[in-house]
Parts: sequence; structure tokens; C-alpha cells
Amino acid sequence: MTALLPTRKDEAYRYADLDALAPLWPVAVERIVLADGEQRALSIIESGQAPVARELAVVLGKGARLDLRVLNAGFAYARIAVRAELGEEAEFIFGAAQLANGQQVQEIVTEVLHAAPGAISRQTVRSVAGGQATTNYLGKVRVAKGADGTDGEQSVRAMLLDRTAKANAKPELEIFADDVKCAHGCAVGELDAGGLFYMASRGIPPEQAKALMLQAFIAEAFAGAADEEALLAQALERLGEVL
Amino acid sequence: MLNIDNLQATVADKPILKGLSLSINAGEIHVIMGPNGAGKSTLAYTLGGRPGYEVTGGSAMLDGQDLLALDPHERAAAGLFLGFQYPVEIPGVSFVQFLREALNAQRKGRGEEPLSGGEFLKLAREKAALLRLDMDMLKRPVNVGFSGGEKKRAEMVQMGILDPKLAVLDETDSGLDIDALRVVGDGINAIMRRPDKAVLLITHYQRLLDYVKPDFVHVLAGGRIVKTGGPELALQLEEEGYEAVAA
Repeated sequence: MTALLPTRKDEAYRYADLDALAPLWPVAVERIVLADGEQRALSIIESGQAPVARELAVVLGKGARLDLRVLNAGFAYARIAVRAELGEEAEFIFGAAQLANGQQVQEIVTEVLHAAPGAISRQTVRSVAGGQATTNYLGKVRVAKGADGTDGEQSVRAMLLDRTAKANAKPELEIFADDVKCAHGCAVGELDAGGLFYMASRGIPPEQAKALMLQAFIAEAFAGAADEEALLAQALERLGEVL
Repeated sequence: MLNIDNLQATVADKPILKGLSLSINAGEIHVIMGPNGAGKSTLAYTLGGRPGYEVTGGSAMLDGQDLLALDPHERAAAGLFLGFQYPVEIPGVSFVQFLREALNAQRKGRGEEPLSGGEFLKLAREKAALLRLDMDMLKRPVNVGFSGGEKKRAEMVQMGILDPKLAVLDETDSGLDIDALRVVGDGINAIMRRPDKAVLLITHYQRLLDYVKPDFVHVLAGGRIVKTGGPELALQLEEEGYEAVAA
């Protein structure tokens, strides 16, 4: 591979930490191919000290189902990119949580192509950023011509713990079919002050109250996962440091 | 038990409490009534330590402890319970988890051993039954999807579990139908009507007082207590209105 290092002009790298990415470039593509009717659950946990960039290319055959969960909770730049091509009536579940602090940049980039009719994609991304960290989600859902009966969903939320933290979120839809159902919701916010006071009034100290609320927030990304408990346990460990 | 002396507080730099004084002894139930904007909720939030409610003068002591010097969670551990007019929804956190963490944090603050999961559930079941709240509701996320009446019942269950010395209940009776009103009234009596506890009940209406007999009724207007009397004062207010009685 001789591809040049991307620049900020490349939309998918607009918010990336290019300095951290340079030594990892080019990124090898990891292929995940599910045959017709095949079902698989997969969890990716990044929790290390070194920068990481991964590029997944997913192809789902007719009626195949992939449940992919990502916990982005390392201590350096981390980029997980997923391209998924969905065959007829395939189902792609994607749940990701990111936990960043310090100067860290973490990003999830997805491009989901509904290539044939009747496929389902459900993406849930929850990001928590403290300090001067940045979390990104760039997610494109493309519905090809003729892919009628498509059902695509993106739920994207980010929580900023400090005024200096940043979250970029860009859910995108590109639809070339007529009969489709595509929904996306996107919100960036802070922890609910009313909820924090309510908890404090019952005796819960502030750090514990924040952890409880964030735990519930992150859990949305892992609901129903085969590894739900392990993913949550790892996330909570990191959460303690981010707070 | 509670001694408030010349308390002054502002909200967004606007003075709301303007020298409020009030003493409540153990074993007593006091009621504060008053027109809209008198400062009733501000009093509750100021005692609870809500951010944005700034004390500019005076003092509030709970059993000799300077309440105003404590963080909100420390006030709870010191024995204060604040009943909310609008209980807050906390998605994804179950009542059981919320209350167990709250109780054990309070116990830790007081140097007591934490309750085990089993001990806590036993206590929660007992208090839920007392307030006729289905135990299954306590397995749901805090207040999420609860009706107004259920939220207030849940507030009472929380009060029963946390077992405070002093409960400050801010319009706990608002949004309740007659049956729920009776349940809440009975709950206050069952949990708080004890020689070592006290209640400050903030309300607009006399009707809750049919179930909870107060020892003293105060009228709050313009950020001060302007009149104090017995239960008959509430009836008089109901008949004649604040303006006539407090003028």
C-alpha cells in the first residue's frame, strides 16, 4: 500500500489526530465477511497506552447478522473505522462507547451501505470527553438504488465533562431508494445538573453521582451485547480515571 | 432540631429570602404556606444546598451542625431529606441501585457499616409496602415514566428508606389525587411522626393537613415568616386568602 497520509481535506479525517496517525499509516484493512445467513457477535476493546488505528471492512451476505461492539477507552489516539456492506435482509448492529480525557482524540467512523432490499442497521454511539479531549463520530448511511425496505437507525450522543472538552458528531444519510426508513438522532450535552443535585440531596457524593449517570449513558451502547458485562466492566474502570 | 436565623438568600442575584427565622423542635411538624413567589421553594433548595441558591446572610443549624457549611450530600448524611416538588428522572439508573448507593454513602459519611444487598432489599420492600408502591417499580429507572402521584409516593418511599431526622417536603401534595394524598399523608405520619424527628411541610393547600396534623403553621410572604399560628391558621388562610390574613 502506498496511499498517502490523509489530510484534513479528507472528510473522514477532518478531526483526526494526524500526527498520531502518521506512524500507523497505512492502516491495514481487516476484512469480516459473513456468508448468507451467518450470524456473529464481535467485541473490540481498545484500552492500551499506544495510539491505534483500525479499518474494518464488513460484508454481510443475505440474511447475515453481525453484532459489533466497540469500546474505545485507551490512553492515546484511537480511530476505529468501519465500512459495512449489507446484503438483502442482512442486519448490522453497531454499539460503540468512547471515553477520552487529557488531550486525547478518539474517533469512530462508519460507512454503512444498504446495498440490497430489506436490510437493517442500528448504530448507537455514546462518547464521554473530559479535560481537553475530543471525541468524533462520523457516520454515513448510504441506501443504494433499489434497496427498498431499508431500516437504518443512528443514535449518537456525546457528554462533555468539562468546558474545554470537544465532541464532533456528523450523522449523514444518502438515500437513493424510495421505500426506506432512516432515523437519526444526535445530541451533545453536559450531565443534567438537576439529576446531579437530586442524587446529592439523597446523599450521593458528586463523583459517584456522575459515575452513576455516565454508567447508564454508556450502557446504552452495549445493551443486548453478548459481552455486555465485560464491556461495561472495562468501561467503568476507565470511567473512574476520566472523571 | 432546626434553627434558622435571619436567613437571606439570592437566586441569580435577586434577593428572595430576606431574613427568615424559624425554629423546629424534635417531634414537631411545621407547615409553611404562602402565595406564589413568596420564597417557599427557595427555602427548601437553600436548605438543601442547590447550586444557584446563594446564601448572603444568616444561619441554619441542624442539631447544632452548620448546615450551610456542608455540601448537599453531606447535609443528607447529617439527617436532612428534601422532598421535591418535581422529582427528577434519571434514565438508566434503577431506584434500587440509586437508593442503595445513597443509603450506603450516607452511612459511610456517618461512620456506619454499609448494608448488604439482601439487607437493603428487605428494607426497601418494607417501605414500599408501607406506601403501597409496587416493589417492581423500584426496579425501574428513577422516576422515569412514573405518573405525578407515583413520583410522590416514590419520594415517600425514599424518605422511609433513608430515615432522615428532618424532612423538608416541598409541595409533596401537588399533583396528587385524593387517594394518593392520603397515602402520602399516612406515609409522613408513619415515617416522620416520631419524638426524634421533625418535618417542615411546604404547601399551597390546606387539604394535606386533613391527614397530617401540624403543630405550627407559618405564613411566608416576601421572603420572611409574617405570621405563625396553630392548625387553625391554615383553615383561616383557606377561607380568607393570604392577603387578608398576612396583611
